[in-house]
Amino acid sequence: MARNYIFVCGGIGCRAMESEQLKKNLQREVILRGLSDEVQVVTTGCFGFCEKGPLVKILPDNTFYVQVTPEDAGELVYQHFIKKQKLERLLYIHPETQQRVTEARDMDFYKKQFRIALRNCGIIDPENIEEYIARDGYAALAKCLTEMTPESVIDTVKKSGLRGRGGGGFSTGLKWEITRRSPGDEKYVVCNADEGDPGAFMDRSLLEGDPHSIIEAMIICGYSIGADKGLVYIRAEYPLAIKRLQKALQQAEEAGLLGKNILGINFNFSIDIRLGAGAFVCGEETALIHSMEGCRGEPTYKPPFPSVEGYMGKPTNVNNVETFANIPVIINKGADWFSNIGTEKSKGTKVFALAGKINNVGLIEVPMGTTLREIVFDIGGGIKDGKKFKAVQTGGPSGGCLGEQFLDTPIDYDNLIEAGSMMGSGGMIVLDEDDCMVSIAKFYLEFTLHESCGKCAPCRIGNKRLHEMLEKITKGKGEKDDLKKLKALATVIKETSLCGLGQTSPNPVLSTMQNFYDEYKAHVYEKTCPAKQCKDLITFSIIEENCTGCTLCLRNCPVEAITGEKGKVHEIHQDVCIRCGICFSKCKFDAIFVE
Amino acid sequence: MIIDTHLSETAEVLIKSICTRYKHDKHELINVLHEIQHHLGYLPEDVQQAIANELKIPVAKVYGVVTFYSFFTMTPKGKYNISICLGTACYVRGGELILEEFKRRLNIGVGETSADGLFSLNSIRCVGACGLAPVVTVGNKVYGRVTPQQVRRIIDEYIKIEEELEIAP
Repeated sequence: MARNYIFVCGGIGCRAMESEQLKKNLQREVILRGLSDEVQVVTTGCFGFCEKGPLVKILPDNTFYVQVTPEDAGELVYQHFIKKQKLERLLYIHPETQQRVTEARDMDFYKKQFRIALRNCGIIDPENIEEYIARDGYAALAKCLTEMTPESVIDTVKKSGLRGRGGGGFSTGLKWEITRRSPGDEKYVVCNADEGDPGAFMDRSLLEGDPHSIIEAMIICGYSIGADKGLVYIRAEYPLAIKRLQKALQQAEEAGLLGKNILGINFNFSIDIRLGAGAFVCGEETALIHSMEGCRGEPTYKPPFPSVEGYMGKPTNVNNVETFANIPVIINKGADWFSNIGTEKSKGTKVFALAGKINNVGLIEVPMGTTLREIVFDIGGGIKDGKKFKAVQTGGPSGGCLGEQFLDTPIDYDNLIEAGSMMGSGGMIVLDEDDCMVSIAKFYLEFTLHESCGKCAPCRIGNKRLHEMLEKITKGKGEKDDLKKLKALATVIKETSLCGLGQTSPNPVLSTMQNFYDEYKAHVYEKTCPAKQCKDLITFSIIEENCTGCTLCLRNCPVEAITGEKGKVHEIHQDVCIRCGICFSKCKFDAIFVE
Repeated sequence: MIIDTHLSETAEVLIKSICTRYKHDKHELINVLHEIQHHLGYLPEDVQQAIANELKIPVAKVYGVVTFYSFFTMTPKGKYNISICLGTACYVRGGELILEEFKRRLNIGVGETSADGLFSLNSIRCVGACGLAPVVTVGNKVYGRVTPQQVRRIIDEYIKIEEELEIAP
């Protein structure tokens, strides 16, 4: 067996940067150098630090290389395994000390993280069940089936305080208990992997990086609630996650962990995959169930809840991917261990997809109660290009924007709701001074408009009107009463829509109005966009004294709106200008003025 | 371009075999549509009619499902399907500018296909590569940290491939 492992990140971000080719090159180099018996190259799930991809980790010495290109493979293998030295130039540079850092655990990005759900991501080969088993995989299942009654499993989950990680925050144990108690000859376990929140990739990374943990948890859930059938509803946009899950299911079946008489006891369980087809509303559990039945994914009124009447009219327990990923650990380590982590009402950890105007984009997992400041500035490494922090958007299209005053709020389900946002599934987008909050609200509404299923009028028509008002405001045509109307309509939609999508759809508008009202006022009363983003409210012009006539802006302008001779002051023609801002970002002499 | 409205024999055989594999179970409609679109590229009316016949459900139901989900399309896509990610991370890093530039250069709107059938333009919501924002995908190829200036180069890359194909015997 090999004594050294080269782990190459197989997450989507790294793959987009040719990590597959990198792996092939590394394998070739290992063979060429005659190291095949000593070094094994393995593709793992997402390491999380997407900003610095493609990532490579070497075990057992834990060296962490960043931004490794396929061309680096030869030098890396030679330097690390033949010369037995670190390849300095590929080590992470600490942004403050400018020192090279060799191990992940010494990097600020990883220091404050605590991994439960992501425990195996980037550590095991997701396509190999034995690696999962070697890290206590399926031990929780064995413990449940041989030592625990279904009731005691539910009791443990209840006591742990685990709440639904898909956004709702309902007690997972309680959900299991209700489904168990609901009468029905057949019951179902459903895993909701329809991660539609734009800017979120937690579930994807979990399924790609550790599919067996989800399978194990679903079997445990089936045992507890008395179901023998599981279904994973997954987005068709995630082909790699689907492939890894299929492979994992097959391996689990071959190992006798799925099928009939699992582990020799009288309990059968099987899991099927159902594909989504691109509809955000299908993340709502009633809509998801209709979609699995082959229908349009339209939500229905609750009650009856799926726990009582779900898939094919039978009691159905629907949990999110991340919720399931916590279950095996809770069983193995106990409810008390888990409930010691987090805040009073929100236990455990939460995975966030940290993105936007931040230095360290990536997938992180932190204990509940961590503050936004710790996430944005310690883990995230602060704002890109030294800009000023403006807000964090959490909860996607259902959530809101939290400004500077919330930086020290400990994050948990209840605090976020109180602050006018919500936990959501875990998307966390950082915004800086250049982002217009009215435009952000409009962006999310566009999303909702596109994704509204059209069944109920408040969501279908109300959001359309809301969007029209915002369009008017960002075009500088807002009138005095518009802000009042905006708020009134948003409140009506929130109170009268049928499902969770509609009820939360005005949140981006309401929260930005609450926290950034000045920006709305500037658009309406002064017809200006303080962030200088709304195209109809800005103009680009040349500052004559700064312009050197270098022609750089002229050459880069996509619509030939700039004229001028070399060495002479240029001119921007407003009638042609499309206000794309390329000239502004290209000019090296601060000669372009935006107002 | 004249579109043949008659279902070809191969298409008919394909639809039959896929429906048979799913045991003509109407609850498998979405999986059936996925597979058929994978093979045919799109789901025109006559294909929907054939599926309805096989699964013994009204064609209105098939049409309802096809039009509900954004993954399904009733018009053929271009040879190179350009998708611009407009997830939030890409949006705040300028994804919209990239989309505008593609629209302007190709002279088509979102969901449309260029007259020569080469390119179609789509906006998508998060491919999960937020570290590379803004992201554009062409087929399976992912372009990260795209700038408006790069748009022309991406289009030219595929036009060049096409030209080489034409020259090749």
